[in-house]
Amino acid sequence: MTDEYADIREQVQKLCSQYPGEYWRKLDAERAYPTEFVQALTEAGYLSVLIPEEFGGSGLGITAAAVIMEEIQKSGCNGGACHAQMYTMGTVLRHGSDEQKQKYLPGIASGELRLQAFGVTEPTSGTDTLSLRTTAVKNGDGDYVINGQKIWTSRVEHSDLMMLLARTQSKEEVKKRTDGLSVFIVDMREALGNGLEIKPIRTMINHATTEVFFDDLVIPANSLVGEEGKGFRYILDGMNAERILIAAECIGDARWFVQKATDYANDRQVFGREIGKNQGIQFPIAEAYMQTEAANLMVEHAARVYEGGSRAGAEANMAKYLASEASWKAADMCMQTHGGFAFAEEYDVERKFRETRLYRIAPISNNLVLSFIAEHVLGLPKSY
Amino acid sequence: MKLLVAVKRVIDYNIKVRVKGDETGVETANVKMSMNPFDEIAVEEAVRLHEAGTATEIVAVSMGVQQCQETIRTALAMGCDRGIHVKTDDELQPLAVAKLLAKIVEQESPDVVVLGKQAIDDDSNQTGQMLAGLLGWSQGTFASEIALADGKANVTREIDGGLQTVAINLPAVITTDLRLNEPRYASLPNIMKAKKKEIAEITPEELGVDIAPRLTTLKVTEPSQREGGIKVETVAELVNKLKNEVGVI
Repeated sequence: MTDEYADIREQVQKLCSQYPGEYWRKLDAERAYPTEFVQALTEAGYLSVLIPEEFGGSGLGITAAAVIMEEIQKSGCNGGACHAQMYTMGTVLRHGSDEQKQKYLPGIASGELRLQAFGVTEPTSGTDTLSLRTTAVKNGDGDYVINGQKIWTSRVEHSDLMMLLARTQSKEEVKKRTDGLSVFIVDMREALGNGLEIKPIRTMINHATTEVFFDDLVIPANSLVGEEGKGFRYILDGMNAERILIAAECIGDARWFVQKATDYANDRQVFGREIGKNQGIQFPIAEAYMQTEAANLMVEHAARVYEGGSRAGAEANMAKYLASEASWKAADMCMQTHGGFAFAEEYDVERKFRETRLYRIAPISNNLVLSFIAEHVLGLPKSY
Repeated sequence: MKLLVAVKRVIDYNIKVRVKGDETGVETANVKMSMNPFDEIAVEEAVRLHEAGTATEIVAVSMGVQQCQETIRTALAMGCDRGIHVKTDDELQPLAVAKLLAKIVEQESPDVVVLGKQAIDDDSNQTGQMLAGLLGWSQGTFASEIALADGKANVTREIDGGLQTVAINLPAVITTDLRLNEPRYASLPNIMKAKKKEIAEITPEELGVDIAPRLTTLKVTEPSQREGGIKVETVAELVNKLKNEVGVI
């Protein structure tokens, strides 16, 4: 079987080979943003893969985007720094006005405008998005005034624009619980210091995440994307795309761990022979490999269903769950295979181990995926 | 100026090559294949000459099995204009490749043929030189710098003990060495454009070239395992061991 995307895979690998482990270790120690790497990906057109050609992108489907993300992670790089530049624009593309598309998409495609921050989660409403409290209220001039707080909003400091989900109608007033939320595109270059404040959060990985505070931030009426009150529905499609792409990143991570462990097990001599000769070492590697391949089939399937025009909610969730569990298993296996050396930074294992752990929690906790499947696919009672 | 670049599909340089069980060759099934790195340097140089306005057209040629077209596509994504695939499942030795290239040169009339100094699979380092011989053209081999102007090429060559620059007349065959340039990775828009570029297919029979192998491979084996050395205390001990134990002096 020939891989339709073999050429993209090869060229992404080539690009990534210029950003080896040392590059990422240094950034990790400094908690710094991989500016050069992101710049190279942008210039080579990989981050605008999903933007239609008429707006300056390549107009390819989610499978091509997934292939790019997988190869980045498989090469030992970290696409988490910029994956959102690929898909956050989807909400503008699907639900924005022609004027908004013309205004933003060409700049996002060229990389001149960065839209890779999405303000959804709040300190008091994590997964419970419908309970969010940040408000957008129309003032006398027809502009919106934003008040509230977001947390775990990543890459805000490395983004020009932010998609924001805020409440335009109170929870008590809405007919359906999914109504009352609206999506806005906020130009942070104007907002910063004028009612918008960003506070970085140091975390166990180098992920550039922050808290964002809105204090009477005024944004123009034309910042609203689509219709008022329908924001929750708009972001669901985008979330499924995000889940498929993050699942592909997990597959890339898992492949990196399996390869790294295989190479080490073939090389490392203990008691006068390669440690890979021990079944106690080789079986977990083989198992991680199989789990990765199985999860990958789900990721490919989800991407196909999504490309076919369906929402792919169940498939995207299953792909994200299975792939993040597979990459976590592979990460743990790789640590164990390397023994004490796994803890040495120069092997990159501990860094990738920390990084891939994120995806069992973000962008959605795996427990919530289980709840979703139980309730919406199997018809079991809602458990929360 | 028109350039012809030859690109060979070889086992990827990152792969640890394994000898086949029957010792007739190396394992190529399910092994990652890529463009020969020296040919990649040739493509990069041609594309740079194109970008500088020196070259007007670049044709990439590959020879062998159907999948060679993937290698040509890579060259097209890097910036070559069109491709020619000489399709055959038979073994191709350097002389056959040189003869086939000579025929393509006859049809295409390029001013310069650029190709890697050798391929990393058989390391023959013969095709470029044979091609120049067959065509009766000048040759600049092991190039680490190329300057084309006024029907001449100044080729800086990496030789034992330093660098040598030769001035040769065009048309010419130039083979590329490692330090000539650093090949680019293709951008996504260029990968997409490459899918629409033309690849012409032709067979050795259609070109009228006899590609029958002139050399027979008797056996391919793994290099013998290197054994650990020992340290000697004095020169006298070294001489004694070389003379009496190893028997080389």
